[in-house]
Amino acid sequence: MTNRPISDEVVQADRPFVEICRMFFGNKAAIFGLLLWLLVILTAFLGPAIYPSDPFEMVGAPMTPPGEEFLLGTDYLGRDVLTGIIHGASVTLAIGFSATFCTVIIGVIIGVLSGYYGGWVDNLLMRFTEFFQVLPALLFAMVLISLFTASIYLIVLAIAVVSWTGIARLTRAEFLKIKEREYVMAERAMGARNMSIMWKVILPNALPPLIVAVALSVGVAILFEAALSFLGLGDPNAYSWGYMIGSSREYIWDSWWTITFPGFAIFLTVLGISLIGDGLNDALNPKLREL
Amino acid sequence: MKQEPLLQVKGLCVDFSTRKGNVRVLNHLDLHLLPGEALGIVGESGCGKSMTALSIMRLVPVPPGNISNGQILLKDTDLLQLKEDQMQDIRGNEISMIFQEPMTSLNPVFTVGSQVAENIRRHQSATAAQAKEKTIQMLEAVGIPAPELRINQYPHEMSGGMRQRVMIAMALSCQPSVLIADEPTTALDVTIQAQIFDLLKQIQQEMKTSVILITHDMSVIAEFADRVIVMYAGRKVEEGLVRDIIDNPRHPYTQGLISCVPILHKDTGTERKELNEIPGIVPDLRKLGTGCSFAPRCDYVKDHCHEKMPPEVTLGEHHTAFCWHVEEVV
Repeated sequence: MTNRPISDEVVQADRPFVEICRMFFGNKAAIFGLLLWLLVILTAFLGPAIYPSDPFEMVGAPMTPPGEEFLLGTDYLGRDVLTGIIHGASVTLAIGFSATFCTVIIGVIIGVLSGYYGGWVDNLLMRFTEFFQVLPALLFAMVLISLFTASIYLIVLAIAVVSWTGIARLTRAEFLKIKEREYVMAERAMGARNMSIMWKVILPNALPPLIVAVALSVGVAILFEAALSFLGLGDPNAYSWGYMIGSSREYIWDSWWTITFPGFAIFLTVLGISLIGDGLNDALNPKLREL
Repeated sequence: MKQEPLLQVKGLCVDFSTRKGNVRVLNHLDLHLLPGEALGIVGESGCGKSMTALSIMRLVPVPPGNISNGQILLKDTDLLQLKEDQMQDIRGNEISMIFQEPMTSLNPVFTVGSQVAENIRRHQSATAAQAKEKTIQMLEAVGIPAPELRINQYPHEMSGGMRQRVMIAMALSCQPSVLIADEPTTALDVTIQAQIFDLLKQIQQEMKTSVILITHDMSVIAEFADRVIVMYAGRKVEEGLVRDIIDNPRHPYTQGLISCVPILHKDTGTERKELNEIPGIVPDLRKLGTGCSFAPRCDYVKDHCHEKMPPEVTLGEHHTAFCWHVEEVV
């Protein structure tokens, strides 16, 4: 008997990516978050060109309130707050993204190896992870920075070192779950190598929760940088929003604007990434959505 | 003329260590597979038939599993002696396997075409374009209509039968000499089941692939296999050509399995026979005695069955059974 075709009609469903985009853009909060981030990114890239002054330059009288001359006022040294916010956007974004990048690299590698191999590898790596988890993150980062001279690279590294554990745990948990799936066994029966099973089979299936966690960790990294700068451990040569708040903290009662505006900028940026993260979560894990 | 077997399993023992002690799930199993042959392995759940397949693929999870004895010879190579990376070159290339659950055996995040192509490129030197072309050919060969469109589909866009066809295409994409099908149709409905078996039969004949079919269904065996091995509690209990086994089963367990298959009567006027069953359940492998493991459920049981392992009795050129009472079991 020949095998008769079952049906000639091929109904093309939407690509998963299209489906996810549709879910994401159907979410008003997520769009708002995206717009906020668009604003921040535009500011970071175009701001310095449109508003090409040096944020460190003293341009007016110290502590001029917001008004005609300086839209957002000046700080205790007479530096323009608006220039600071515009130039700070790129520093803040750079720190947020590069710290997250390092976080993901460390976290994913440790999580993948631990979850995939299990046994003593898992035991060793998870004890190592727990060692980092029990240390108070901010204190540990402060110690790391005060041991060396504060620079933007060191800050990025310090943030990554204290925040990779969550990603590692999440990756490991996903791997433990997914490696038992039938298609992993089927792939192995087709002669797939460990490396290809880890990175090409299991990791793509573990991505949805990871993407969400990564988005949220950008926000956390930005907050971390702000906290470190506020405590005076920021890079004094990088004009980040955190540095603006930190350097003006003693004048909070005399010039509210020097702290409020950068604070508001941080708030909107982190709010934006959180909304994007939530939107991604809903779009990538529709089953988890609360009704 | 006697054909050289393609695959030979000799004295295979597989143990699993559990909290309650060691369990021997395969006990000195011998089998061979001739080139181009369809070998059926039949038995109840837990009799070791899937474990046999996993052992041949060397996919038994170690630990807790352990292949403690035996040889698995593919032509002249003992698969059990190979290093893991040598084994990876054999899996999917020399020996392929298709699984029970087509719904979950494909990776949900990639298109079916890319998964088949990936397997081709893994084992053969092919450019992306060649692999794609081969993929389309393979999908066509397994009866998937409009393969050039189907390759861009994701597994969730296909029915179970279609997915099993994709699995078969993937398994055959490197022209393996042995294909192991572990209950390939259990999850599919009956009409699709027949189509899949027709397809496997056709492929076996056209591509000269030897097939090991694992099933619990005697009617499938009767339809598909050339030779049959009946397993019970990790041991082989009877082996023979399919007509020997179906027409002249000599082990009480085989008889039981055959009488479990319902017969459909055309007109309702005829007497309807009550469907048979084998009383009892598969024994706890940890509590096997020294005698025949089927003894507690056997109709022909005598005292010595519980004490001594039955011998191998040769009943014909290809037909053997492991029972003390083959003469009485007719």
